Amino acid sequence: MNWIYEPWPWYVSGPMIAFIMFLLLMVGKNFGMSANLRTMCTICGASNKADFFKFDWRSQKWNLIVILGAVIGGFIGSHFLTADMAVAINPDTISDLNELGFNSAGKSYLPTELFEMESLLSLKTILVLAIGGLLVGFGARYAGGCTSGHAISGLSDLQLPSLIAVIGFFIGGLTMIHFLFPLIF
Amino acid sequence: MRTLIYLVIGILFGITMFKSEAASWFRIYEMFKFESFHMYGIIGSALVIGIIVVQSIKRFKIKSFYGERIHFNPKTKSFSRYMFGGIIFGLGWALAGACPGPMFTLVGAGYVPILIVIAASIVGTFLYGLFKDKLPH
Repeated sequence: MNWIYEPWPWYVSGPMIAFIMFLLLMVGKNFGMSANLRTMCTICGASNKADFFKFDWRSQKWNLIVILGAVIGGFIGSHFLTADMAVAINPDTISDLNELGFNSAGKSYLPTELFEMESLLSLKTILVLAIGGLLVGFGARYAGGCTSGHAISGLSDLQLPSLIAVIGFFIGGLTMIHFLFPLIF
Repeated sequence: MRTLIYLVIGILFGITMFKSEAASWFRIYEMFKFESFHMYGIIGSALVIGIIVVQSIKRFKIKSFYGERIHFNPKTKSFSRYMFGGIIFGLGWALAGACPGPMFTLVGAGYVPILIVIAASIVGTFLYGLFKDKLPH
């Protein structure tokens, strides 16, 4: 039974994601997680400030329930289905990260330098997390979707706009890691 | 009943995101360094099966579990919004190491600082709504 605690290989994970998209289609919904961020804005009263948020958020209640499930799934996955939290990334990647100051690389699930409670004492860490989140939220809505909406749903539907968005995701991600990381960390 | 179905699908998604390590900041960094096949294998295999699923639903006019027609929303034609929006998203994805699904999975896994990322992404979405009309689409 030890296999259950092992990380899932890509050939289990990828088909599972496709299966989740299939299930959502079969209950008449679409797979797209960043739409929830817009719904949360509307619930917080953003419709008074911009028309973009004027819609009946109850029509998106199903998606909020999916995201609540994702929280519960994260709890189950980490507490009951994982013994060793270390992510076995490439040793070359580990030495790169060590040089940038991420000594937790290869030893934990997330870098402790950013995601441990004590790390919140550093203003720089807070800024990194906040700017990262800000760009994700702004960019996802500007592009009309995120990884699930474009890279999975949109590309499965052979949508050219989704291909442009995914190319954009990679231009952004590669720029951040190859050019901006050495300046930030 | 439907609420329960959505919850179960979400739980399945959360477990998948955590166990596949797609929710790990390290895996995202490694992917953008092209130093592992892992993330490409996940997205690639999801995509190949996804294409077969979606095209089959369209070709054979497969109905939903409730007997309704399955709708796909074609994206509006444009270049700039997808390219610029995509680049901005990619910058944030690599920095925070989490996209809008996995960030919620990480809450459940007990990483409190991810709440800053989530709060900021809601603010980012709000800022887009405010400036939407001034941006090239």
